[in-house]
Amino acid sequence: MSWETVIGLEVHVQLATKTKIFSGSSTRFGASPNTQACAIDLAMPGTLPVLNKQAVNYAIMFGLAIDAEIEQKSVFERKNYFYPDLPKGYQTTQLEKPIVGPGRVVIPLADGTTKAIRIHHAHLEEDAGKSIHDGDIPIGVSGVDLNRAGTPLIEIVSEPDMRSSDEAVAFAKKLHSIVTSIGICDGEMSQGSMRFDVNVSVRPSGSSALGIRTETKNLNSFKFMEEAIQLEVDRQIDLIEDGGKVTQETRLYNGDTKISKPMRSKEEANDYRYFPCPDLLPVIVSDQTLDELRSSLPELPDARKSRFTQQYLLSDYDAEILASDTSNAEFFESVAEKTKNPKLAANWVMGDLTARLNMENKNISNSPVSSSQLAGLILRISDNTISSKMAKQVFDAIWLGEGNADEIIEARGLKQLSDSGSLEKIVTEVIEANPAMVTDYVNSDESKRKKKMGGFMGQIMKASRGQANPQQVNQILLEKLNELI
Amino acid sequence: MHNFTLAELINGLRSNKFSSVELTQHFLNRIKELNGDYNAIITTTASQALESAISADQRLANGNAPEMCGIPILHKDIFCTNGVRTSCGSKMLDNFIPPYNATVVENFENDGAVMLGKTNMDEFAMGSSNETSFYGPVHNPWALDCVPGGSSGGSAAAISARLAPGATATDTGGSIRQPAALCGISGLKPTYGRVSRWGMIAFASSLDQAGPMARTAEDCAILLNAMASFDEKDSTSVNEPIPNYRSKLDNPINGLKIGIPREYFSEGLHSGTEQAVRNSLVELQNLGAKLIDIKLPSSHLSVPAYYVIAPAEASANLSRFDGVKYGYRCKEPKDLEDLYRRSRSEGFGEEVQRRIMIGTYCLSAGYYDAYYGKAQQVRKLIQQDFSDAFKSVDLIMGPTCPSPAFKFGAKGNDPVAMYLEDIYTIATNLAGLPGMSIPCGQVDGKPVGLQIIGNYFNEERILNVAHQFQQSTDWHNHMPSELA
Repeated sequence: MSWETVIGLEVHVQLATKTKIFSGSSTRFGASPNTQACAIDLAMPGTLPVLNKQAVNYAIMFGLAIDAEIEQKSVFERKNYFYPDLPKGYQTTQLEKPIVGPGRVVIPLADGTTKAIRIHHAHLEEDAGKSIHDGDIPIGVSGVDLNRAGTPLIEIVSEPDMRSSDEAVAFAKKLHSIVTSIGICDGEMSQGSMRFDVNVSVRPSGSSALGIRTETKNLNSFKFMEEAIQLEVDRQIDLIEDGGKVTQETRLYNGDTKISKPMRSKEEANDYRYFPCPDLLPVIVSDQTLDELRSSLPELPDARKSRFTQQYLLSDYDAEILASDTSNAEFFESVAEKTKNPKLAANWVMGDLTARLNMENKNISNSPVSSSQLAGLILRISDNTISSKMAKQVFDAIWLGEGNADEIIEARGLKQLSDSGSLEKIVTEVIEANPAMVTDYVNSDESKRKKKMGGFMGQIMKASRGQANPQQVNQILLEKLNELI
Repeated sequence: MHNFTLAELINGLRSNKFSSVELTQHFLNRIKELNGDYNAIITTTASQALESAISADQRLANGNAPEMCGIPILHKDIFCTNGVRTSCGSKMLDNFIPPYNATVVENFENDGAVMLGKTNMDEFAMGSSNETSFYGPVHNPWALDCVPGGSSGGSAAAISARLAPGATATDTGGSIRQPAALCGISGLKPTYGRVSRWGMIAFASSLDQAGPMARTAEDCAILLNAMASFDEKDSTSVNEPIPNYRSKLDNPINGLKIGIPREYFSEGLHSGTEQAVRNSLVELQNLGAKLIDIKLPSSHLSVPAYYVIAPAEASANLSRFDGVKYGYRCKEPKDLEDLYRRSRSEGFGEEVQRRIMIGTYCLSAGYYDAYYGKAQQVRKLIQQDFSDAFKSVDLIMGPTCPSPAFKFGAKGNDPVAMYLEDIYTIATNLAGLPGMSIPCGQVDGKPVGLQIIGNYFNEERILNVAHQFQQSTDWHNHMPSELA
């Protein structure tokens, strides 16, 4: 039997506000435990929350970016449960009236088409702290770090519209692209800035009823998410095909061991007793606020992509990749504008530059090669000063801080030989020095002659110490050889 | 000195009849001597008080000091006081020393008022008799075998026994007005949002409101001037202009339209209490007021609605007391669940646990709509009742509570009888309206309170009418026979 996978995602996005959602504590990542937790974050008696307006604005911006309805009046509620890293004994979140209503996110599919994933809603809430069970604490004791407690989050809840782990990853990546492009999240997955809960079920192909789903919580990389979904799909299919039934449960996936297992049922069997938080007023969003935020919204990845295909004549594929990340896109545009050669700019940004950045664990915002430097290099390629092969050498030198392209070309004497008189001279010398190759060329079928030219090219490049302009040499060589036929 | 009203003490300080240090020492001596009889005060802050008094005297000497400068007061032990244990009447917080001041405390401190100490209260403000305090019951100065009312019983008894000229208190369902009535003093619960809740330990956040207690309406006005502020740290604080609450005290009240809700004079009301209240209404008529019969048809729903909403909010508000971060922690917990279970079972008293259970139940899946949802609808009906009534009257009056102070243990085994103590006060909390209780008579030598309810932010009018009543009567000057 063939099976269809059904996936829905809940995505927690930490908002890049300076301070917490209900207090003035800093949200900076990586501080020593409990140094960024004030009386409010510690839920000291008598303390009260005050809503961070920036967090609300960020949530609204997300809503606008996915074409969602923004609720004029949204309400914070208390979600009650006991846990040491939840200081108040309840999480302040939204349930009945979330700030962002239904919207949609368009994802690219492998076959080049696109698919719209529906967003059920997105709501504002506070993050919990962290429980610490190992490290710098005595054995048998657990610690609590409340630095993260109160960090603003939006939780984005999708409809079960994805049908494969590829689609789920594409959706997650698109969300990442949107929230970083509009600047509401730093997108640092390794620091927990985006975390995914995946709801997975399977059903016989063609069936319209949903199967029983499981939820795998707290995945913090695209890779782990893909692995966890694949593992869960296989597990569910095996289970059903062996005559079993899927249990609705919450699971945890360990990315190191590649094992997933259910959480203890005690940990999830909760009645959260939601009710409106009496310490906070409903959030009222005025038309004026909406208009202001709408006009302040930066260009979205999809709009940028279509602009790139029109303005720079990039392929859909190239445009998608370059437009999805704001820093990448800005870098590319800067190079393209300076060189007036978008095709070459795109190739270099997506090719050598990205490869090198990935290899050395850097990203575009701290790239050792600036956009001006890359543009300088591309200009010398475009005007035939250097060959593509030389360009790689020059690029490496720029990367290592030896200066900009012109300086390096000068210093290393890498200029391409384009003077036709000198080139003709070298070509003639090589032809005269290799009569056997000439004979071979002349006697070959026309179809094989092109290949035979390679031998001459090699010798010519060697004679010119690699500096001969290959296109020019090719043309001169062809003319001279053909004269001999 | 302790027989002077707060207003008189302000004048005395300015005319150098006595210094703040002398005044403070006098009240500290009185507390030392008499608090044992009443148990009205949990913590006395003598040395801190004298230090504040010294600075207050300097400030007074420099001139231009705020009215409250140098005046000794008490704070209910629900207000966080920087560096001073704040127990909320509970074993849970017996060891809790806040590193911050409540805004109310801060406001008084900024004005140079002198804190004498912290007053006893029902545990987490849950009670109407002050019998639920971890620190033992407060005795009513009018009859030591009777309760002072609650939850602000300590503040009320302390004023009544002249241990301080003024005190702060809080009112969630009547916790200022009912003990004020039972102890024969004046107490005002302002409009919800008038006084900041920052640093005031929450019982039921949508109902809690801090207010003043003193012997006279004028003194309450002085205290409210200092207490009231718009506070950005409290999102429910309302940014409404704050008048000088003393400025209109002397306005005549002729033409005043007083609504008399028939529902407040029905079954369950003690005949002596009713008589005293009706007499005082006649007095007001003599001052030129008109009495108008009104209906508050949803009144009978206020107690049931309150006992859903208040415990529901409390069940969440009190979740933070879990033995993890501060407050009571049980000895040698086996595991996390044991830590929670025993810290909370051992740290909270019976009434608090009862209300946590009620609140938790009301919010549970399957019960939410029937209880919490319904109670919120009732709350709207009650608000509507009042807003309809205030279309035709200026103020609403009736008894503060059904009967005078009762004996210890009289309602201890019957929570519902205890809850009915607040039958006339609860509706104003549900509506968020201001309400006041002033002494208006006596039954068997025990005081009776007249309740005055105003429209939103109409504290000025309430205080004006209360003051005019007190100008023509002397119930507020009566004092417990033991003290006379």
